[in-house]
Amino acid sequence: MTSATQQAPMLSMYDTSYDVKRIRADFPILQETVRGKPLVYLDNAATAQKPNAVIDCISHFYRHDYANVHRGIHTLSERATAAYEGARAKVQRFINAASEKEIVFVRGTTEAINLVVRTYGQAVLKAGDEILITAMEHHSNIVPWQMLCRETGAVLKVAPINRKGELLLGDFEKLLSNRTALVAVAHMSNALGTINPVDEIIHLAHARAIPILLDGAQAIPHMPVDVQALDCDFYAFSGHKLYGPSGIGVLYAKSEHLEAMPPYQGGGDMIRRVTFEETEYNTVPFKFEAGTPNIADAVALGATVDYLNEIGMKAIAAHEHQLLQYATERAHEIAGLTLIGTAEHKGAILSFVLDRVHPHDIGTVLDHFGIAIRAGHHCAMPVMDFFGVPATARASFAMYNTFEEIDRLMEGIEQVIEVFG
Amino acid sequence: MMGELRELYQEVIFDHNRNPRNFRVMADANRRVEGFNPLCGDRLTLYLKVEDGTIKDASFQGQGCAISTASVSLMTELIKGQTEQEAEELFEVLHKIITSQDEAVNLEELGKLAVLAGVREYPARVKCATLAWHTLVAALKNDRDTVTTE
Ligand SMILES: Cc1ncc(COP(=O)(O)O)c(C=O)c1O
Repeated sequence: MTSATQQAPMLSMYDTSYDVKRIRADFPILQETVRGKPLVYLDNAATAQKPNAVIDCISHFYRHDYANVHRGIHTLSERATAAYEGARAKVQRFINAASEKEIVFVRGTTEAINLVVRTYGQAVLKAGDEILITAMEHHSNIVPWQMLCRETGAVLKVAPINRKGELLLGDFEKLLSNRTALVAVAHMSNALGTINPVDEIIHLAHARAIPILLDGAQAIPHMPVDVQALDCDFYAFSGHKLYGPSGIGVLYAKSEHLEAMPPYQGGGDMIRRVTFEETEYNTVPFKFEAGTPNIADAVALGATVDYLNEIGMKAIAAHEHQLLQYATERAHEIAGLTLIGTAEHKGAILSFVLDRVHPHDIGTVLDHFGIAIRAGHHCAMPVMDFFGVPATARASFAMYNTFEEIDRLMEGIEQVIEVFG
Repeated sequence: MMGELRELYQEVIFDHNRNPRNFRVMADANRRVEGFNPLCGDRLTLYLKVEDGTIKDASFQGQGCAISTASVSLMTELIKGQTEQEAEELFEVLHKIITSQDEAVNLEELGKLAVLAGVREYPARVKCATLAWHTLVAALKNDRDTVTTE
């Protein structure tokens, strides 16, 4: 095992001015102990923990401001509506969308992608058309397209990756054709950590007038995202991976698409006028928000965004970049450890396998030391197939993680090796 | 390694994990079924030679965690020579071991499978221990499809 004296000089190479202690104090769950040890939470790519600002917002909203939205003339309904629409405006500014109308509240990334599949996709896709994805997609950016292709006779095309887990941009470009109806790509891979060259991807697609959807589930917690600068047509993300509540997420879409797209679900709130003969739909984004929405969690997503703005996504990205660099260096010192996903451009995810130890056993032993990681296929079975492993162990870092926690992770891994070696 | 973890990873489990028994393709098998755990992506192939209601030979191939590898390795040892019914009864024994919170369960009566008892403290790992057995049940029913732990 690496001794403390060996670690110290390495650590001193890192800028530690970021006040991680103060940030940790905002997250009550980080005080928990697990199996008698202080919790080291490194399963952030699955879901992130919540700061007091979010927890308190939900509680305050239910205690003081809660009512249904868009339908009452009473004071509480007006307050709830203002909070709900206020959250939409905060999200709009957070991702720099051109208009609040371009922000549709959904349950999460999965629903956002399914919404695009069932509205835009269903409306435009014909037999023989192609949808282009990449080999590193999460199941939620594969299966809905596969289902639609099966129904319409369209074809799902998959752009390949290399052994580092990077998209082969040349092959990607060759797969674009006049049959390509849409490109759907992960901004950042949850299984590998790869950050895709989305500027080039979007440029290549748009040069052929092909619209593009970015699955932003993993990217949004780790970097500033500007949908206008990106010029993507659709951007999907989940609140729960962004330190916000579960059950709320966002579909960003350019107005021109939202206006043209047929509605998603039918019901209340998405209509302007209903008779038994026909229905006149509401304006966007309400056309896509049938029924009573997840009001409180949307409001709390607004509070999440406020909290993150205070700290700054750039500062968070810089801190996490250092964590990843440190963890990668430490991981290289461990004999028998192989990183899965070594792209040049990577987010704070460390996916790895150990010789002769299955990821599930790694997960159980680390849990014993209070360290939470994910072991499994990460909803990316095709990625596991590509690397020839049934599963990987994955440590994923967040704004509140520390260098000391990475030391504990590495000590834990050494223990795993000792036990199973 | 401390107490509870030692309960889960007993020496016998390490032993079977490092040196799995009956780990081979069986050319003259008359039952061959794939087991799949969608939770972790683990797959195993179970081979049986069943004659006149008796399991004459059992073997397996595949990759899994220590718990699932030990479970399938132990299983192939135990069911060899058993009747189909005896083998199915063994599954019930295992089930009792890994789901029972009853201290009164007499592990000694449960024989070699008692080494899997530690799994009951780890609900997330129960499916690792049962994958082999679900596959066995399917093989005995002569079910040719892939079975899952779901
Ligand atoms: C890249 C990626 N896409 C999509 C999803 C699905 O997100 P959700 O389960 O919040 O809908 C995830 C979550 O694991 C993800 O990592």
